Amino acid sequence: MGHKKKNRNVGIVGIGETKFSSHREDVNQPEMVHEAVRQAIDDAGIGLEDIDCVIHGNMELFEMIHQPDLWHTLGTGAYGKDAFRLTTGGTTGATLCCAADNLVASGMYDTVLAIGFEKLQEGHTTGGITNMADPLWARKLQSGALTDQAAVKLIFEFGEERAKRAAMTYRIIMDKHACLNPNSHRAFGLDWDQMDDLMKNSPPLIGNLRLIHMCSQSDGACAIIFASEEKAKQISSKPVWVRDHITVHREETLDLCNNYYPNQTTHRFAARELYKRNGIDDPLSYFDVFEMYDPSAWWGVDWLREFFLLEGDAHLKLVENREIMITGKMPVNPSGGVIAANPIGATAMVRVAEAAKQIRGDAGPHQIPRPVNHALASGFGGTMWTVLTILEKELNW
Amino acid sequence: MRKDFDVSDCYVQEGKLALPYSYFAGRVGSTFITTLRDQRRILGVRCNTCGKVFVPPRQTCERCMEDIRNNWVTLSNTGEVVNYTVVNYDDRHLPRKAPFILALIRPDGADTPMVHILEGIEGDKVQPGLKVKAVFSEKTTHTILDIDHFEPVA
Ligand SMILES: [Zn+2]
Repeated sequence: MGHKKKNRNVGIVGIGETKFSSHREDVNQPEMVHEAVRQAIDDAGIGLEDIDCVIHGNMELFEMIHQPDLWHTLGTGAYGKDAFRLTTGGTTGATLCCAADNLVASGMYDTVLAIGFEKLQEGHTTGGITNMADPLWARKLQSGALTDQAAVKLIFEFGEERAKRAAMTYRIIMDKHACLNPNSHRAFGLDWDQMDDLMKNSPPLIGNLRLIHMCSQSDGACAIIFASEEKAKQISSKPVWVRDHITVHREETLDLCNNYYPNQTTHRFAARELYKRNGIDDPLSYFDVFEMYDPSAWWGVDWLREFFLLEGDAHLKLVENREIMITGKMPVNPSGGVIAANPIGATAMVRVAEAAKQIRGDAGPHQIPRPVNHALASGFGGTMWTVLTILEKELNW
Repeated sequence: MRKDFDVSDCYVQEGKLALPYSYFAGRVGSTFITTLRDQRRILGVRCNTCGKVFVPPRQTCERCMEDIRNNWVTLSNTGEVVNYTVVNYDDRHLPRKAPFILALIRPDGADTPMVHILEGIEGDKVQPGLKVKAVFSEKTTHTILDIDHFEPVA
């Protein structure tokens, strides 16, 4: 894969996140976006005049809006600045971070404000998503955003009882994290004694995927300010450095691109390439936190193996032994993850934002209770679209 | 230009996008609509930094990034035409049967124009600067169409 070393280093200097919720009738879209922008600007301690470029993104068709970046200028602060829109489905927020990093690293801009947003309650998610499928081959043969292929795989490989328990263990851990995060949309206060009941009685959606496993539909926005090394050091006393990122895409069901059945997921492929070119031999011991785009508990369990390049049942053991808890060996989604809040266009950016906050040490009640120096954040979209980003506390790699 | 493509036995699959939506007006937009509906007043907001009065209202001045949500100003129900266009075709999304006039109208007291329907005058008689007044709808729709249209001041 073609890859060039960065022209210059890029740091995250400002982070803004709205509270995520099912309904925000009190603000319209530009007003909600502005909440995140204002927070990011205040967090950086700069003014909008210090921003050179604004990039903006969300899901196509989800609010049934066209070119929202233009009329959101009321809230984004893009007036008189270079600005454009990016949309890559579920990975949009992560792609915005990649683009901001590239724009600053290239020397094109010294500071870039990246904004991801979604107001899912205003639109019809499934209506938008089903139009992703090829009209001739796949549009009449799909289930929208819902699938339980990961469950089928896990059950086939590890047996029904163990697989189902692992998925529900993962789910309860994520809820325990969500309860610590004041921005969570859904935090139920689930506990271990509810395990058997939830496995049996949560409303079924598709296959072995039940309502309790699945992510929410949320309203919310996220904004991150990226700056060149020189500017970042001026602006922030604790910039978080963007070490590297990788994007890998393959569609397996909704169109005819690469639809031979894969022997390797894009997650594993992305992880392998990214670690190789950064000299990371043992990702599980290298990283101090992983913010994963986990649309359901089944995927969350299955993908741990891919992202950490594990074999056999090592990923199940991580879950079963609760090592992915905030106090565990490898904290995954101390924020509660995507099951706790999913404002889609913002979701993948929230992973980067939350990973960066963990490195800064100011995540709040869900701060990992030990030093965090190396963070991994993933984005997910399409049927198999991966963006993987490495953040660092120090510039010493 | 080539026009002899062989289209025999070429299938076209018909489809239809169904994308229902709602739009949360927010508190600022809601205040404008309810005041228009209940008091027949057109509200703007003033930015105290640049002095501009905006209609329709917005929460922030996009130039100064000031929070201006509470700086309400009652505008006049009269104003002037800034620009206009005559719609000469019919389609389902249009608010009137053609021909009709859509105009950018700046209410007195505001620095910005808003789009609305202009009636009571032929298209070829309209000029920028034309003085107009708001005519309110008899029945509310809780939308910007609680102003039915603007028409020239007699
Ligand atoms: Zn102003």
